[in-house]
Amino acid sequence: MSTSSLDRPLLSVRGLSKRFGAQVGCLDVGFDLWPGEVLGVVGESGSGKTTVLACLAGSVEPTAGTAKFRTRDDTVVDVLRLAEPARRRLLRTDWGIVHQNPRDGLRMSVTAGANVGERLMAVGVRHYGRIRQTALDWLTTVEIDTDRVDDLPANLSGGMQQRLQIARNLVTSPRLVLMDEPTGGLDVSVQARLLDLLRGLVAELGLSAIVVTHDLAVVRLLAHRLLVMRRGEVVESGLTDQVLDDPQHAYTQLLVSSVLHP
Amino acid sequence: MIPLTIRGVEKTFVLHVQGGARLPVLQGVSLAVGERECVVLADPSGSGKSTLLRSVYGNYKPQAGEILVRHAGEVVDMVSASPRVVLDVRRRTVGYVSQFLRVIPRVPVVDVVSEPLRAQGMDREEARRRARAMLDRLRIPERLWPLSPVTFSGGEQQRVNIARVFVAQYPVLLLDEPTAALDAEARMVVLELIEEARTQGAAVLATVHDPLSRARIATRTSTLEEMAA
Repeated sequence: MSTSSLDRPLLSVRGLSKRFGAQVGCLDVGFDLWPGEVLGVVGESGSGKTTVLACLAGSVEPTAGTAKFRTRDDTVVDVLRLAEPARRRLLRTDWGIVHQNPRDGLRMSVTAGANVGERLMAVGVRHYGRIRQTALDWLTTVEIDTDRVDDLPANLSGGMQQRLQIARNLVTSPRLVLMDEPTGGLDVSVQARLLDLLRGLVAELGLSAIVVTHDLAVVRLLAHRLLVMRRGEVVESGLTDQVLDDPQHAYTQLLVSSVLHP
Repeated sequence: MIPLTIRGVEKTFVLHVQGGARLPVLQGVSLAVGERECVVLADPSGSGKSTLLRSVYGNYKPQAGEILVRHAGEVVDMVSASPRVVLDVRRRTVGYVSQFLRVIPRVPVVDVVSEPLRAQGMDREEARRRARAMLDRLRIPERLWPLSPVTFSGGEQQRVNIARVFVAQYPVLLLDEPTAALDAEARMVVLELIEEARTQGAAVLATVHDPLSRARIATRTSTLEEMAA
C-alpha cells in the first residue's frame, strides 16, 4: 500500500483566503483530503464554510491560496488556477457538486432520466440504450421508482429531487464530491434516508467528499474528520467523534452544547 | 511490545462555556495490558474509567502521556496519532463497547453488525453470515434482524453493540460496562464471549460493576488511584 495513490492526498488546500472588500470570507484555510475520506466543515452562518466550498467549485475567485488536486492520470493540478475549459472538464468528470437546493443542481426543463443521462453524454457516452439503462440503474440506486424516469424534476418530492441530484453527480464516477447542506430543507425522516444512502454510496464507491453543513448530527454520521470554522478561520480540526465529544476550542464547545438532543 | 501500554496520561476537561471551569479527571495514569489479559477497573462511578477507555479509543484527547497500541506490526500512540491512523486502528485493532448505541436510522441490525467486517474488507455475504451467527448467539430474535435497532430496548441495543464488536475479533478490546443492561442469560453469553476473546489472545480493558461478572472475567483488577501512584 505504501506506493499506492491511497497514501497521498487527493486534494491539498493551503492558505485559502477570500476577502470581499474589507470583509473576510475565509482566511488561511488549509487541509488535506485523502482518497475515500469524508471531510465535514461546520460552523454557523457567516463562518466562511460555504465560501471555502465556493472557492473550490470555482464560483468564487479566491484572494490567495492553492488547492492541489491529484487527477486520474496522477498529475497534480492547482484547481484554483485552472483555465476555464480545463476547470469545466474537471467539474464534469472527476468532481461532483451537490447543491443545497436541488434546483441549482438539476435541469428542471428535462426529465429525471435525462438529468442523469446528460452527464454521461457530456463525458462522451453516445449509445442511447446504454445511457437510458445506466440512468434507470442510478434511479434504482438512489431509491427512485424507475417509472418516474420520464417525469420532470418539478413533479418529484424534495427528497427525490435531492436523490436525483446525487444520481446526476455520481453517474460519471467522480472521485471528489462537494456537498453544501445536502440534507438542508428536507423533512427529518427524509434526511435519515438520504444520509443512509450517501454513507453507503461513499463507502461503496470509495469517494472522497467535502460536506459543508451546520448540522452536527449529519457530520457525525457522514464525516471521518471535521473542520470547525468561525469568522472565516478554522478554529479546530480532528477526528469527527473526538471533536464532537471532547471539543477543545471555546467556540466548538458552544456549538456542541447548543444542540438539542431529543 | 504488548498490545496496550498507557503511560502518564493526564486529562482535564476545560469547560469554556461554563466560565473556564477545570475538571481534572486523569492524573498520571499508567497501565499495561498484555495478550490474554483482562484488566478490570474497579473504581466507583464518576472516577474517570470511561474517560480512560475513551482516551484509548481516540475519542477523548488527553493533554499529556502516551497510549501505545500495537497495530499492524507497529506501535501507534493514540494521543498523538493523526485521525486517519486512529481510524485505521479502530478498523483493525481496537474494538470499543460503549454504553450507548449510535446508529443511522433505517439500517437493519444485520448490517449494523456486519459493518465492521465489511470495513475490514470481508465480502458482504460472509460478513452477514457471521453477523447472523453472532446475533443468534446473543439471543437477538431473528424477527428483529431486518429492523433498525433504533427502537430496540436498552438490553437489545447493548447486545447489538456487543455483537458488532465481538464479531470483528479485535486484538484489543475496551468494554465499558458490557453487561450492565442485560438479563442473567444474556450476561452469561457476554461473559463467555469475553473469556473466549481473551483466551484467543485479546488484551481486554474493562469496567464492570457487578462483582460476579468481574470475578468471572478479570485476570487482574486495578484502580485509577493505584495506577497514578
